[in-house]
Amino acid sequence: MLRNSPPARADFDELRRRAENLRRHMLTMARGRGQGYIGQGLGIADLLTVLYFHELRYDPANVQWEGRDRFLLSTGHYSIALWAALAEAGVLPVSELSTYGADDSRLEMSTLDTTPGVELIGGSLGHGLGQGVGQALGLRMDASDARVFVELSDGELQEGSTWEAAMSASHFRLDNLVALVDCNGIQADGPVVLDMEPVGEKWRAFGWDTQDIDGNDIPSVVAALEAARNADGKPKAIVLRTLPGKGVPRIETSEKSHFFRIDVAQWEGIIAEFEQSLEATR
Amino acid sequence: MSAVPQGGRTLAMGEDESTQGARRHVDAPFGHALARLAADNPAIVGLTADLGKYTDIHPFRDAFPNRFFNVGMAEQNLVAVAAGLARTGKTVFATTYGVFASRRAYDFVAIGCAHSNLDVKIVAGLPGLTTGYGGTHQAIEDLALMRMIPNLVVIDPCDAVELQSATEAIAAYKGSVYMRLPRGQVPVVLHEGYRFEIGKAQHLRQGGTVGIVSTGMMTERALDAAAALGESGVSVAVLHVPTIKPFDARTVVAFAAGVEHLVTAENHVVSGGLGSLVAETLFNAGVTRPLTRIGLPDRFIECGAVPTLQARYGLSLEAVIGTVGSLVKGAS
Repeated sequence: MLRNSPPARADFDELRRRAENLRRHMLTMARGRGQGYIGQGLGIADLLTVLYFHELRYDPANVQWEGRDRFLLSTGHYSIALWAALAEAGVLPVSELSTYGADDSRLEMSTLDTTPGVELIGGSLGHGLGQGVGQALGLRMDASDARVFVELSDGELQEGSTWEAAMSASHFRLDNLVALVDCNGIQADGPVVLDMEPVGEKWRAFGWDTQDIDGNDIPSVVAALEAARNADGKPKAIVLRTLPGKGVPRIETSEKSHFFRIDVAQWEGIIAEFEQSLEATR
Repeated sequence: MSAVPQGGRTLAMGEDESTQGARRHVDAPFGHALARLAADNPAIVGLTADLGKYTDIHPFRDAFPNRFFNVGMAEQNLVAVAAGLARTGKTVFATTYGVFASRRAYDFVAIGCAHSNLDVKIVAGLPGLTTGYGGTHQAIEDLALMRMIPNLVVIDPCDAVELQSATEAIAAYKGSVYMRLPRGQVPVVLHEGYRFEIGKAQHLRQGGTVGIVSTGMMTERALDAAAALGESGVSVAVLHVPTIKPFDARTVVAFAAGVEHLVTAENHVVSGGLGSLVAETLFNAGVTRPLTRIGLPDRFIECGAVPTLQARYGLSLEAVIGTVGSLVKGAS
């Protein structure tokens, strides 16, 4: 399935179904491990769904296709979400998801670019946007119309290199570059330890076309990505307000959701809770 | 009345002291070599972080302005952008000073480039003690830092001929490289037909009593010291090791086995660089020779005129002659 351009109109029922599948995949992976960055993964499930099933151009059978749009997950420890998306998209076998985090698995706790579909070694925060600038420059030099999408987090805005990259992107007028800033309000030491607000104003001040949206509302994500296609000489920032653990009330309300640990026995209850909350919203 | 000190003075940032001796010099050999290569290789892209005219990349910039990007004073971003460009199939030459490439951008070199062995060549000016701007600008421990990074090729060229040849070699090599940059008026020490090969040491002078293993600019000093000592009857061999990683251990071991006393000479701190590498290599091979390491001490170095500082810290020709000569006198 080669996607040459995003469809003119989004199929929201299909996107919601895909987002449910991504969350199911993640819960399956986390159940096997009993721990992980499940909160963040569930939080960006809607974004990855809209990217992989609406906006991005790629060929699941040929992940190295030169004309592909690039998606860089700078927060490599959110790998659980990327593995779910790549499996749902047919890049990785769904049956492999159960190996997440196991010795010798390709589905590492933090992304390595040796796994198909991974464009960046993420995890050392502050690397993604600069690599995205380089890729956007390289694609433009080749007169490619492929675009570069970089996910980064609110905590990652504390890394100075992120702002070095932000400055250079607007200087080089990279309108083929989209920064997807996942603001979930948590970082390693708990709630965001250094206040980064107003996040949107910072990006605007650095010369980026900036939108500030509910990152768990699929229509809003679709609309923001459509607006980000505007080739006006400016890089695009979408600030996504997301809820860690979105879709699973017990994880949504956990104070420890940066790195979530739970007894293996309790996972069945969590998965039942997830399915029940889906029923309630239908 | 304030006393005016006699002797040298720290020069302006873009100025370098003329080197000793009557050797021919080549202007900006790196930048001219890169521009020549780029004419045939459209994948070559040049980057700098506000040091274009201080790192000799200006001939490339002038010839290929659409393939040159200045990211401003931001070395982490310099290396990250280089990595991103390499991921789109470019061969990227990124220039800055060695201190910034190593100390400031280390994580980006290691994880951003070397981990994936991306086609990024970091070309690093002001290696070792070649500037009078003190610890902020003297890259005295870069070889040690960089050789610890897996996959990374580390090169310390000795002259204009080798620098041009090494630029060709690393452009043809697909992978991450850190190369020290002699800039400006660079002397010609080696013969014009010399070819650099990644990972290959070069036996430049035969001899039997003392063997000097040298890298970078210290090879010129080693050859001149060997010639001077040869006139007084002391037989000194010189092995030039331009590639710190991968290290030509076999050639170094064979060279050491043929001399009575071994000396290493590097424009770098003696711990962690060439001296340490030779010691490790010989110990692993079970070859032992008395070993004297010429290089910088474990301290930050002050500002001043480069000749003053090189003499003070044992890197000048006179200092090398003195160190090597004393070994022979001590032995006889």
